[in-house]
Amino acid sequence: MSKNYKTLDANEAVAKIAYKLNEVICIYPITPASPMGEWADEWASQIQPNLWGTIPSVVEMQSEGGAAGAVHGALQTGSLTTTFTSSQGLLLMIPNLYKIAGELTCAVIHVAARSLAAQALSIFGDHSDVMAVRSTGFALLCSNSVQEAHDFALISQVATLKTRVPFIHFFDGFRTSHEIQKIELLEESVLRALISDDEVLAHRARGLSPDRPVLRGTAQNPDVYFQGRESVNSYYDACADAVQTAMDQFGELTGRHYKLYEYEGDPNAERVIIIMGSGAETVHETVDYLTAKGEKVGVLKVRLYRPLDGERLAAALPKTVQKISVLDRTKEPGAGGEPLYLDVITALTEYWSGNMPKVVGGRYGLSSKEFDPAMVKAVFDNLSLEKSKNHFTVGINDDVTHTSLDYDKSFSTEGEKVVRAVFYGLGSDGTVGANKNSIKIIGEETDNYAQGYFVYDSKKSGAVTVSHLRFGPDKIRSTYLISQANFVGCHQWLFLEKLDVLKEAKEGAVFLLNTPYEKEEVWDQLPIEVQEKIVRKQLKLWVINANKVARESGMAGRVNTVMQVCFFYLSGVLPQDEAISKIKETIQKTYGKKGPEIVEMNLKAVDNTVQNLFQVPLGTVSSNIHKPPIVSPLAPEFMREVQAKMLIKEGDDLPVSVLPCDGTYPTGTSKWEKRNVGQSIPVWDPDVCVQCGKCVMVCPHAVIRGKTYEESELANAPSAFKFTNTRDKDFAGEKFTIQVAPEDCTGCGICVDVCPAKNKSTPSKKAINMQEQQPLREQERENWDFFLDIPLPDRTKLKLNQIRQQQLQEPLFEFSGACAGCGETPYLKLISQLFGDRTVVANATGCSSIYSGNLPTTPYTKNAEGRGIAWSNSLFEDNAEFGLGFRISLDKHAQFALELLQKMGGTVGDNLVNSLITSSQHSEADIWEQRERVEELKRQLQGINTPDAKQMLSLADYLVKKTVWIIGGDGWAYDIGFGGLDHVIASGRNVNILVMDTEVYSNTGGQSSKATPRGAVAKFAAGGKPSPKKDLGMIAMTYGNVYVASVAMGARDEHTLRAFLEAEAYNGPSIIIAYSHCIAHGINMNTAMSHQKEIVDSGRWLLYRYNPELKEQGKNPLLLDSHAPKKGIADSMYQENRFRMLKSSKPEDAKRLLKEYQQDIDNRWHTYEYLSHQMPSNPDHK
Amino acid sequence: MDLTTTYLGLKFKSPLVVGAAAPLSEDIDHIKTMEDYGASGIVLHSLFEEQIKQERLALYHHTEYGTHSYAEALTYFPEPEIFHVGANSYLYHIQKAKEAVDIPIIASLNGDSIGGWTDYAKNIEQAGADAIELNVYEIPTDMTKTGAEIEQIYIDLLHAVKDAVKIPVAIKISPYFSNMANMAKRLTDAGADGLVLFNRFYQPDIDIDELEVTSNVLLSSPQDMRLPMRWIAILYGRLNVDFAATSGINKGHDVLKMMMAGANVTLIVSALLRHGVHYLRDMEQEMLHWMEEHEYDSIKQMQGSMSQINCPDESQFERVQYMKALQTFHPEHSFV
Repeated sequence: MSKNYKTLDANEAVAKIAYKLNEVICIYPITPASPMGEWADEWASQIQPNLWGTIPSVVEMQSEGGAAGAVHGALQTGSLTTTFTSSQGLLLMIPNLYKIAGELTCAVIHVAARSLAAQALSIFGDHSDVMAVRSTGFALLCSNSVQEAHDFALISQVATLKTRVPFIHFFDGFRTSHEIQKIELLEESVLRALISDDEVLAHRARGLSPDRPVLRGTAQNPDVYFQGRESVNSYYDACADAVQTAMDQFGELTGRHYKLYEYEGDPNAERVIIIMGSGAETVHETVDYLTAKGEKVGVLKVRLYRPLDGERLAAALPKTVQKISVLDRTKEPGAGGEPLYLDVITALTEYWSGNMPKVVGGRYGLSSKEFDPAMVKAVFDNLSLEKSKNHFTVGINDDVTHTSLDYDKSFSTEGEKVVRAVFYGLGSDGTVGANKNSIKIIGEETDNYAQGYFVYDSKKSGAVTVSHLRFGPDKIRSTYLISQANFVGCHQWLFLEKLDVLKEAKEGAVFLLNTPYEKEEVWDQLPIEVQEKIVRKQLKLWVINANKVARESGMAGRVNTVMQVCFFYLSGVLPQDEAISKIKETIQKTYGKKGPEIVEMNLKAVDNTVQNLFQVPLGTVSSNIHKPPIVSPLAPEFMREVQAKMLIKEGDDLPVSVLPCDGTYPTGTSKWEKRNVGQSIPVWDPDVCVQCGKCVMVCPHAVIRGKTYEESELANAPSAFKFTNTRDKDFAGEKFTIQVAPEDCTGCGICVDVCPAKNKSTPSKKAINMQEQQPLREQERENWDFFLDIPLPDRTKLKLNQIRQQQLQEPLFEFSGACAGCGETPYLKLISQLFGDRTVVANATGCSSIYSGNLPTTPYTKNAEGRGIAWSNSLFEDNAEFGLGFRISLDKHAQFALELLQKMGGTVGDNLVNSLITSSQHSEADIWEQRERVEELKRQLQGINTPDAKQMLSLADYLVKKTVWIIGGDGWAYDIGFGGLDHVIASGRNVNILVMDTEVYSNTGGQSSKATPRGAVAKFAAGGKPSPKKDLGMIAMTYGNVYVASVAMGARDEHTLRAFLEAEAYNGPSIIIAYSHCIAHGINMNTAMSHQKEIVDSGRWLLYRYNPELKEQGKNPLLLDSHAPKKGIADSMYQENRFRMLKSSKPEDAKRLLKEYQQDIDNRWHTYEYLSHQMPSNPDHK
Repeated sequence: MDLTTTYLGLKFKSPLVVGAAAPLSEDIDHIKTMEDYGASGIVLHSLFEEQIKQERLALYHHTEYGTHSYAEALTYFPEPEIFHVGANSYLYHIQKAKEAVDIPIIASLNGDSIGGWTDYAKNIEQAGADAIELNVYEIPTDMTKTGAEIEQIYIDLLHAVKDAVKIPVAIKISPYFSNMANMAKRLTDAGADGLVLFNRFYQPDIDIDELEVTSNVLLSSPQDMRLPMRWIAILYGRLNVDFAATSGINKGHDVLKMMMAGANVTLIVSALLRHGVHYLRDMEQEMLHWMEEHEYDSIKQMQGSMSQINCPDESQFERVQYMKALQTFHPEHSFV
């Protein structure tokens, strides 16, 4: 096989070309385009040159808007410049796109096409984003596959240099950007041959230079603007020819020939589908299948969408066509049709000679919705109808407006020559990584074509992954998930009771199962539903105790290598000995640079696998074990009927009618999920516990809770329910319990880390100790249910400045899908406890919006009165403004309510009016009393039928204090949303801002932000961040009227609590910058809270509060709550992989950056210490 | 005045060699400064095989942890082309140290396996170190192992390293052998070019408030030098091997005592950590002053002069005298 073949995804395939062909690359993270920027940054840090021998300047910007501006600037000064983006990012670039195109600038932007946020955000693929820029003047060139994406990255660059029309080169997000395919890599000589240096020089010569000054970017008036706009027409007219010429030249050099509008199928077809993007490959595959059966069908693949060459498009269609279905992967509500459909009609109207074919349009594949041959068949079948449905949808069940086409799910075009394997794994067990390796082995070590596609769920802890691998002798066009698998691997036993892992298994398939049971007992331990399927499909059942083999090889929990060996052994893709030796070679290649120990344990796992792999004969379908219900029958109907389907990966089957039309979902649903992802859970020892509340406070998933209660509540306690005397004198005589939710715990162990109470006889034990979950599950489930029914302590009587009492408050944020040990969620839980019954949250896009708002379930919940946090996510960039909008609106409601109230003394009584108006609402008790007054007001207003009374009734609740929390990460607050955040804190309005500072863009995989400390390795800072962390708190303090706090819960929890109470109480803007440890730091997550203490002790993070109210009291508003750094920063830094990595990759740079970082820390400490010792300058207060 | 001495076949301008300690030798600038203040050689801080393994495993764990779980964050770190996990940075440090100074550079190695000892020793030799000091640092806690088995481990690893490299090899050992003299002989027979006496194990402490075992480093105190001095004095002249004295050498006079006991060089650590590296100059001055005052021409003149075989009363180094000393000891203040 030629050495030019590689198996890789489109992001890498495109980045390889874009990197070679540019001098400036402006980057910003956004899924699914981020890896292109990551590759560019990595290659630049490795000093890899571009085509002309220089290393491209790769620069991260603060937003896609910023990236577009920088791209525009770099282009205007003559550099070959690119950027990579997607979805909302592309929208933020729109103003610059018009400019770049208007100025006829040679440029290519590579886009992994993705849905736009509408009723909900979606990270998955469709053409909503690229369709939103079709009017900018950029050419739009679409790639349908990984190979095309690689090739068109070059062709678009050739074309832009030739035509001066800038290009957006796009391909489908995830389906293409993340699909691993075997492709032929372009040789540099091909790039050299196609890129004209003269055109590059001409581009540079058009750049601004004071040596040949010109002015570009004028303001034009009615007299000439119009003519100026028309002056570009000839360039657009020439564009299509230029692209086709580039494609033709490319074909001569590579043997891969492309057409702008490429027809495949019967030359005399009567029915044709017109489509662009990865779906075209599935249509192509289906057309091949149907034409072989004699059907007169075809597909026209649209590659150049803008400028549209209608003449070529029409000419590419067979003259015999009678009916056309145009498929759009986007939706334009209210339009006369989707864009490609309308364009096709225009093209045919203008250029078709003879009888016009009938054209219908339809939508498919939004947000990576499956688009498979069965759906293609349905589209062709629709064309066969006398009255074909127009403006249809395919792939969903629209039972409301009945747009959808029915399709036969059993229809398949998958041939016998293709081996299809599906693997169910956990994110943490390494299944996906191993499968990526397998695809590389098959693609690069055999003559087979190979394809890998991976499906992830919405959780960051205990996430289920499904890998779809295909390989065979012919090119693979199947851009859809496998439904007829020859091989199914189930890498976790617990999936058997939750998921239908055999739904893809075809008759006679191999079923490889990782089991904790001996081979003789496995059959009887299978749920009856699984037994039934195995027997009905006559599957070949193979089992291995992979956890045991992995553990014995030193790789506890990572079953990837073991299961990979089993796959190769059973699939027969290679002779067994050869397969084993290839795996070993790959292990050496993958892990060699990481050390011999790593290689050794993987090799050991390989050697130990085959002897532990057994085939199990099929028994009778007689198991006593049944799959449990997905959620409790006590759950609300929407949870049982709708969200439960999503939980078991059957959300595709939900019809339109059951989904909310405006994106509104109930809260309080995460508690029904019972994920059972924690292999061990905390167990309480009442005799050792000091009842401090720290474990409750730090628990990221709110699974560990405390209660004090009357002894009488224990009357019906389960026998294993634990309690002891309450130590707090305020609750003397009561009983106390710490209880764990066994099925919601992720087993992170953070609670054990912070527990200060040690067993005096065995100090290795604390008041909380981790134990295996499985044997405790039933008993603790019963205890948890009992615990929940014990009444909560009276909120109005709790001393909220004491953690032990404050933590008795009910959390209204629980069981999120955040990472095990998450450093952000404890802060959100604290807000929910303190203010949850009166809070509205504006949440910036990022980790917190995902674990808070990603379906199927939501962690925000309600108290017994039905009150809780109301939550929304607008965008990434506008969150501060969004939250300010909440504040202004809520204040308006309250103001109007007060105005109405003042008119109502006669109706509801002056006393009530006065007490409602004058209530201070400072404390929980005040707020409780105000709520009572409001209830009284509502009672009195009932039945009064005046307009004012109706308005008053609708506004009465706003007389109770409402708190606005504006929440997000550092990517939002320091970078993309900083402008808005700055404006909001300057507004003086009473909003509370929580910045959960993980010092990287956590959600998109750890890209550097302006909060990233100097010297840390992050994506986009592969060589270590060279500049210091921005001091957001200091910037906020310069206003003087903003409450600012910098906290780290793990370093000093009571300081955190005090800051949150003060921030909310402050009648003005407040901002809390909260250190949030993160999986992206490469730390031990179970000791991350105590690590925060080391960080604060070293001075890397400061604890302080800046309270403008202190100025009024003649005091210095800045309280520096940290002690002077006790030691240098190196010890705490090098416990984190982000710093260690640089030490191991670039030791000299690491040393220099450590020194500079220490200097940053020392300087900051001295500055804050100085400021905290200054007296206020206002002489009135002396 | 001739302060020169030889150790491991290498020439040293004085017996003032800086012993192995990371704070002293991990910075090349420090090494240069110590040379300027009179250090005659540097033993670099130890390369710990076990630590390297742990670092590799940690790096692997943290680069893999949480990956390929969630569609937006399939990894959390860029993948560097090279990982200098392992000996690379240490070997690079040897090269840099050799470039920076003219005095001998001795690398120190603490292995965890025979393969590790020999592989790293070869690497150290290739990196240009003038000699290797094997830092054998182990507390045997396995109750089924005999003293003889433990001793054999030392002998085996020394043989292995000697077979693997051509540069001189010293071995740093603890005093906890049943028969120190026999052990010293066996090590010499196994090819040791030098014996470094003694390794001082850091002893753990207990924090009674936090119920934790702590491991803060205690610098050596002057009385710590008595033990190595005794054994160097006893062994001098009886074994064909060099001696490096370490522990508690705090003053120029202490260096002279060690020379008289029979040491070739002294390894200074605690004194420099306590007073700063410029203290080397003070120690040297004190030595010179004493030697002038007492009309010594050279260090060689005094080396071994007070060893057991040369001293006026060889029984002073034997254990029985300790009992006698205690019986005749009367403190100046009341202790009842």
